[in-house]
Amino acid sequence: MTALLTLPAAGEFEMADINYVAIAPMIVVFAAAVLGVLVEAFAPRRLRYPIQVGLAVLALVIAFAALVLPDADSVTGTTVAGTLAVDGPSRFLSGVLLALGLVGLLVMAERFGGEGPDAFTPMGAATPGSAIESAAARAGLATTEVFPLALFSLGGMMMFTSANDLLSMFVALEVLSLPLYILTGLARRRRLLSQEAALKYFLLGAFSSAFFLFGAGLIYGYAGSIRIPAIGEAAAASSGDLEPLLLPGVAMLLVGLLFKVGAVPFHSWTPDVYQGAPSPVTGFMAACTKIAAFGALLRLVYVGLESTRWEWRPGVVVIAALTMIVGAVLSVTQTDIKRLLAYSSVAHAGFILVGLLAFDITAVGGVMFYLVAYGASTIAAFALVNMVRENGAEATHLSQWAGLGRRHPWVAAAMTLLLLAFAGIPLTSGFTAKVAAFMPAVAHGGLSGVLLVVIGVLASAVTAFVYVKVIVLMYFTAPSGDVGLAQPALLSVVAIAVGVVLTVLLGVVPGPLLDLAAQSSTFVR
Amino acid sequence: MHNQLMVSLVGEGGAAAASAASGLTAWGWLLVALPLAGAALLLLGGRATNSFGPLLATGLSWASFALGAAILVAMLGQDPAERAAHLDLYEWIPAGGFELSAGMLIDPLSISFVLLVTFVGSLIHVYSLGYMEHDPDKRRFFAYLNLFVAAMLLLVLADSYLLLFVGWEGVGLASYLLIGFWNHKPAYATAANKAFVVNRVGDIGMALAIALIFATFGAVDFATVNAGVPDASTAALTAIGLLLLLGACGKSAQFPLQSWLGDAMAGPTPVSALIHAATMVTAGVYLIVRSHAIFDASPDARLVVAIVGAITLVYGAVVGCAKDDIKKALAASTMSQIGYMMLAAGLGPVGYAFAIFHLITHGFFKAGMFLGAGSVMHGMNDQVDMRRFGALSGAMKITWITFGLGWLAILGVPPFAGFWSKDKIIEAAFIGEGWQPWVFGLTALLGAGVTAFYMSRLFLMTFHGKARWTDDVHPHESPATMTVPMIILAVGSAALGLVMVLLDFPAWLEPVLGHHEHEHPVLPIPVIMGATLVVVAIGLALAWFRYVKESVPTTAPKGSLLTRAAREDLYQDQINSGFFQWPGILLTRSLNYADKAGVDGALSGLAAGIGGSSSALRKVQNGFARSYALTMLAGVVVFLGALWVIN
Amino acid sequence: MNPYIPLGILLALGFGFALLSVGTSLVVGPARANVAKAQAYECGIQPTPQAPEGGRFPVKYYLTAMLFVIFDIEALFLYPFAVAFDQLGLFTLMAVVLFLLNSFFVADAYVWRRGGFEWD
Repeated sequence: MTALLTLPAAGEFEMADINYVAIAPMIVVFAAAVLGVLVEAFAPRRLRYPIQVGLAVLALVIAFAALVLPDADSVTGTTVAGTLAVDGPSRFLSGVLLALGLVGLLVMAERFGGEGPDAFTPMGAATPGSAIESAAARAGLATTEVFPLALFSLGGMMMFTSANDLLSMFVALEVLSLPLYILTGLARRRRLLSQEAALKYFLLGAFSSAFFLFGAGLIYGYAGSIRIPAIGEAAAASSGDLEPLLLPGVAMLLVGLLFKVGAVPFHSWTPDVYQGAPSPVTGFMAACTKIAAFGALLRLVYVGLESTRWEWRPGVVVIAALTMIVGAVLSVTQTDIKRLLAYSSVAHAGFILVGLLAFDITAVGGVMFYLVAYGASTIAAFALVNMVRENGAEATHLSQWAGLGRRHPWVAAAMTLLLLAFAGIPLTSGFTAKVAAFMPAVAHGGLSGVLLVVIGVLASAVTAFVYVKVIVLMYFTAPSGDVGLAQPALLSVVAIAVGVVLTVLLGVVPGPLLDLAAQSSTFVR
Repeated sequence: MHNQLMVSLVGEGGAAAASAASGLTAWGWLLVALPLAGAALLLLGGRATNSFGPLLATGLSWASFALGAAILVAMLGQDPAERAAHLDLYEWIPAGGFELSAGMLIDPLSISFVLLVTFVGSLIHVYSLGYMEHDPDKRRFFAYLNLFVAAMLLLVLADSYLLLFVGWEGVGLASYLLIGFWNHKPAYATAANKAFVVNRVGDIGMALAIALIFATFGAVDFATVNAGVPDASTAALTAIGLLLLLGACGKSAQFPLQSWLGDAMAGPTPVSALIHAATMVTAGVYLIVRSHAIFDASPDARLVVAIVGAITLVYGAVVGCAKDDIKKALAASTMSQIGYMMLAAGLGPVGYAFAIFHLITHGFFKAGMFLGAGSVMHGMNDQVDMRRFGALSGAMKITWITFGLGWLAILGVPPFAGFWSKDKIIEAAFIGEGWQPWVFGLTALLGAGVTAFYMSRLFLMTFHGKARWTDDVHPHESPATMTVPMIILAVGSAALGLVMVLLDFPAWLEPVLGHHEHEHPVLPIPVIMGATLVVVAIGLALAWFRYVKESVPTTAPKGSLLTRAAREDLYQDQINSGFFQWPGILLTRSLNYADKAGVDGALSGLAAGIGGSSSALRKVQNGFARSYALTMLAGVVVFLGALWVIN
Repeated sequence: MNPYIPLGILLALGFGFALLSVGTSLVVGPARANVAKAQAYECGIQPTPQAPEGGRFPVKYYLTAMLFVIFDIEALFLYPFAVAFDQLGLFTLMAVVLFLLNSFFVADAYVWRRGGFEWD
């Protein structure tokens, strides 16, 4: 153990092997983000919006092509000196991130016929429509930074799902988080709420990052490596000497990641941030962050911590149970649709954890399918929230949604479908997703798996009451106030349509995607 | 000993493997697809389909019936052992360890249901053409009706518990949509909501049963489950059986989840006839019978089914005696009759076939009576209070006669339909050893008497006695679109039982349910039959004395304690809220408080207690980043501590 | 020898030095108070808020601070590159150029165009 303090001898420099084809999608997204910053700097103000939207969409399409076109065998493996793993799960989830990211960007680009993306402020201190705001806009402080920011975040998310060592994972975590903190604070209306949410998200995010780093340090001490597969090998061959480092290390790493997925008791930020952030950002965040964080969590626990799972799994089982119960029960008393969806996302994190804890290859596919299903529905749901307005501001209080079914039947119908999917009603994606995530837990999770499924079924029954409350409100209550739809909203409608179609399609013919997810569930080590 | 024998017999009979569908049966998917296409077209087509939509929906429903009938004819031409056909549709969930193809199981049991659902369903489509003629949302109504038919057919044709669950939720959805169809009335919305909530409790049972079935058998399709039953542990089978029963109780309005059915009468009357009398509410009985292999292997679970059925049949009958709302009285009667079916299903192999037999005859006569009630309401300005009816036999002759035939059928007067099916259930209830035949048999017998009383009360208060009409009503007979379905159903109420007995319906179901030897009840059959007829006669006579000989007050008298309790559904709502709602509310409140107040709350709450000031508590609000961080830290500490303790 | 002993010694030395320097200045330093000394050291900012309940800090100081961080990080990454420059070859040179282009040129260009370099 004396090696601990001796510096490595200065050796020959070895160039890292880089499979550029394998990491091309990430490079494209990051490059587009950098270009986007330049566009912000040099393009004339009026041209920025079309250029940024075009650039972002183009980048995502090219990245998707770069992901899909190469032969799977030629890209699978670790690359960049083993820091990134390109394999089934990371490619599947990257593809999902790109696709849902594109939908999320469309919602962010929504301008409702006005100037610039409607949900974002050019200047945090300016009230919407005020003289200061228009002055800020004239000064070139356009609202188009959201596009490069979102691209940076998306690139970080893709990297998060493929990070094969704890440091890259940390870097990816920060790259995906920092832009989100900023995006959270950019709301044009209810700015104080938004800025407060951003600060909270940042502080708590930093707090959780510290846990992650601390855990990474302890694990490095235990395994002598930060490579995730090496951690797994070290644990399997462990003599037990450094055992005291392992559990705290694992626990803190998990805390860092469980914070991102919003598991109880690390969920407290979720409702505040979901409520405060501009709705398009909330949708993007709820869908994509969850996908990325669960991708990283899957890799960490299935590759790195699998051999030690008997020591830490019971703790996470309790966390999963708590997450489902607290998420479901607290959603009952919410009066704000965004907070309601936030608590529902907490409950969903619990449902996904149930699948994850099954520790079987079928569970990987199930969890990834769940992520797609939930992500598609949730982006559309927040896009809908973004459209429902009263006096220009988002009408997020539930009482404002009363009677929506009579005034705007299509919007209410779409929302109803999405809520039914969240509740896991058959023939929606929510049902097949729950089947895909819960069945491995029943089959391979042992007694605790069955117990978690029982809790999951009870919790989803509780959330169903909540969703039905909203549905009843929309259809059976007389409309009040002056709630209407922001229009024209072509981009939002496209995004909502994609979400709704996916929700139905994945419920009725989930076969192809489930197949793909099942085929993509092998990790490289 | 006796049960074991049954198990082995059923094991052989029930395991008759289904062959791949061929010929006409291969088109079985159209049974579901036709009404589903109708629903989609009407819902998505918008106003463009206003003119022809209702007719199209009706036509598609009839087409589905015609196909079902054709399949039945094809099936009759086959050897009984080869009648079950399996139709693979597509790979529904092909995920790694859990493979499930969506498929249909077309066998004598499911085809019987298909014919019931499509025939009664189509008649009610026709009836609705008249009943809903002036409703501005007629198109939406027919779309929902078609949706319901499709979902119900999916439920009965599914070849696995999971696909059955899809249909199960589908009929639920259609039912809520239709209960709340007139959503401008808040009370109706509440009723739809209540139906949803109560059904959720049942659905939890279904979902857990499916999970447990998967854990026990490694698959959820009927074939694998039936084949795996002999190797499964009794404890697991009992648990599955009880969970399935919970699901069945929710859908079929059985004790203790029956409270929603009365409120569900808020929906349009054709809906009550189709969904809440003839088809959907009997899905629970179908589920139990379809799962007969599980219940045969778990006598405990089966006994609970019988007990639940017995309790509900008495409960429904008692409630039915006190209701003045014609639809709610009929709903209570439905509950009670399904109790009979549940009881029969809980008796095991001696009762399965009779449960389905009674289910089908009940589907006809109860649907007929609901349509009759709708016709009465149509002629009486949508009034439902029987105390304002009376002497309608002259004004509405067809309704009177058709309703009367249904009434005779439910009373079990020979040779009408109910006699053949209900009497068999009462006989079967007297079969067995020990205390069970006496308790179940006498309960069923008593129930028949009470049924005779309250159904006669309903019939006599509505059609006979003195007219107690409000001033503004002018009773008139309904149009032909409404009366023709009523006549057809009345013919069924009268003759179907005899026809089915002559065709030996129980033998028709044998390939599915297995063969069982004839057993003898603890009392001679003629004695049981005689006793049944006597109690029915007594019930009828009592009703005649009270509601025809004596005058009926137009406002309800205060009544005895039991009457008042029965009017309030025996306080089921209050009990439910006591048992289920309040603990839930308390849990929510306390968790919510913990979340809001968090650690800050605990600390400053302490300070407030010490300082004698409550203002500190009020200042505590959600939203402090520091308290969130503290929660996280506490979580980490507890997490670490727990891991440390475990290891 | 236990590998943690040198670490322990270093820790002790660190604490010792801190205590010693603070302690020495307390003992030997002159103690003549004036207003400027009592103020917190903040380069250029009036530390006392204008309003009693807390006024606003001009945001430009933070801009400067953030610019400093950008340069700082660049220096941090350049250092290991400079140390091993002779071994690294063309690939790494290109990588560093790309890195500088991104973090230096792009970031600064953005700040410049947004007026981040203008004091007022």
